[in-house]
Amino acid sequence: MPAPPTALIAEDEPLLAAALQAELASAWPELRVLATVGDGASAVEQALALLPDVLFFDVRMPALSGLDAAAALADDWPPSRPFPALVFVTAYDEYALRAFDSQAVDYVLKPVQPARLRKTVERVRELLAARAPGSADLDATLSQLRRLIEATTQSPAGGETPLQVIQAGTGAGIRMVPVADVVYFEAADKYVRVLTEAHEYLIRTPLRELLPRLDPAVFWQVHRGTVVRATAIETVVRDDSGRLGIVLRGRPEKLPVSRLYAHLFKAM
Amino acid sequence: MGLRFLQAAAVNSLIALGLTLWGRSSFGSNFVYSQLIGLSIWALIDFGRLWLIDDWDTQWHRLVILVPVGVAAGYVLGTLAGDGLHGRPVLAHWLAQPRHSLGMLAMSLVVGAVVTHYFLSRERLASARQRELAARGLATESRLKLLETQLEPHMLFNTLANLRALIGIDPARSQQMLDHLIAYLRATLQASRAATHPLRAEFDRVRDYLELMSIRMGPRLSFALQLPAELEDEPVPTLLLQPLVENSVLHGLEGRIAGGHVDVSARREGSDVVLEVTDTGSGLGAAGEQAAEGFGLAQTRERLATLYGAAARVELGPGATGGARAMARFPARS
Repeated sequence: MPAPPTALIAEDEPLLAAALQAELASAWPELRVLATVGDGASAVEQALALLPDVLFFDVRMPALSGLDAAAALADDWPPSRPFPALVFVTAYDEYALRAFDSQAVDYVLKPVQPARLRKTVERVRELLAARAPGSADLDATLSQLRRLIEATTQSPAGGETPLQVIQAGTGAGIRMVPVADVVYFEAADKYVRVLTEAHEYLIRTPLRELLPRLDPAVFWQVHRGTVVRATAIETVVRDDSGRLGIVLRGRPEKLPVSRLYAHLFKAM
Repeated sequence: MGLRFLQAAAVNSLIALGLTLWGRSSFGSNFVYSQLIGLSIWALIDFGRLWLIDDWDTQWHRLVILVPVGVAAGYVLGTLAGDGLHGRPVLAHWLAQPRHSLGMLAMSLVVGAVVTHYFLSRERLASARQRELAARGLATESRLKLLETQLEPHMLFNTLANLRALIGIDPARSQQMLDHLIAYLRATLQASRAATHPLRAEFDRVRDYLELMSIRMGPRLSFALQLPAELEDEPVPTLLLQPLVENSVLHGLEGRIAGGHVDVSARREGSDVVLEVTDTGSGLGAAGEQAAEGFGLAQTRERLATLYGAAARVELGPGATGGARAMARFPARS
């Protein structure tokens, strides 16, 4: 007899987490909820520790959104295990809902309706049954997540010219840093670090607002928090665990490439 | 323009008819002269005004020159054209009967002035109506925007989801939650109508919102409200504090795993009332700052400015113990 399926719930509102668990108990009695967490970072951590079969992720959570948490999880997921089935939970997110529908991603709306939840459970069970043990359907999940993240990141007003200079505040004034001099951008807590060959600046514009204003042919996102100028990349190498890493021209750091963006690097 | 041309032509025909009945020449000749003179005058004034008058409110007095000059020039032009058409010597009529011609010119002046006045007042009425419509549209738009932010669907459906969960576990508490939601919705819908309400009512609405949010966020949100008894009846613009408190919760606390605390207080400082919202949230860095300086704060500032002008102030800054502090100051009524 196979082991009962297991789940992880990530929902920041405690009553709603309890309600989802209660609804699941009647819609899917044999499902074992291993843990309930209240934020995206804990969701990644607990999922890696518990390796559940199904994830119920709230879309809006503190620290890390449900989508970002899923992407981060896909990055660190052990390749020998099948990636869990993902179900997003949301009260109302216009962009996310449209993206979920177009990508055929499972989601439930809050307040959770028992009938709708039963349908979702049915689909997830089929998905789990079809999953061959050990097969890595990670690639499919990754491209699905990538398209979801693209669809939910609002693109800028069409035809806007890409940013030419970064205006970084220094103690005394503003430092104008030509975008062409930037080697990479890195999200750091409340700031974004702007790194040129010789200097480092801090700006307050979040990476997700900066990204749409950069020329996508010039600057590539290679990780959730890293955007690199493509021409500043010298080599991309695979390490022992199969991870890609970037070696830069003009800077000593090695930057990790997220699995989500590994598809960017292919020999021509 | 086309309509005014036809109307001018109609007036000219009436003049021709009048002159004929008066016993002056044949209708045919009167009609030709009337149309030529009348339409010349119309064209000079109508095109002249497009050229001379851009801004009606400051340049309308240019008409005082334009109308007599237009009439005189149009009269001469029309007469010359009529004479040419009939093969008469130029201005023969002027030389033969100067008094009669002057009388006709005077009549043209009167008709020109009356018709110009008629056209222009109709036009001004239409543009005033258009302005009024535009202003009304603007007011409706800002009311809708207020409603939209207050009845944000994410907030509404999450609250309803919590309510649905609570009904099964704790019916008494779910009733309380529903009461807060009802009061919140009622206040939101009425806020666009009443301009002010007592500070007591404003604090009640803030309490409704914070109660709802603390049921949702559980132990991650705590709050305290402090309203001195002597300020309870002080009138304030409706839902003045609401956007500031929402900023604290949404941008200050909701993104933090640990959540935090919100303090809302009112006090008297000299002749001013000072309202303050402080939180222990993530403060004014990065996204928080831009979001907080957005619609909510602008709205509070604008509403106080309409009531008190330069005497009111709204400020946003870092809190004493981290987080953010929003302050609104305005003159007390008494």
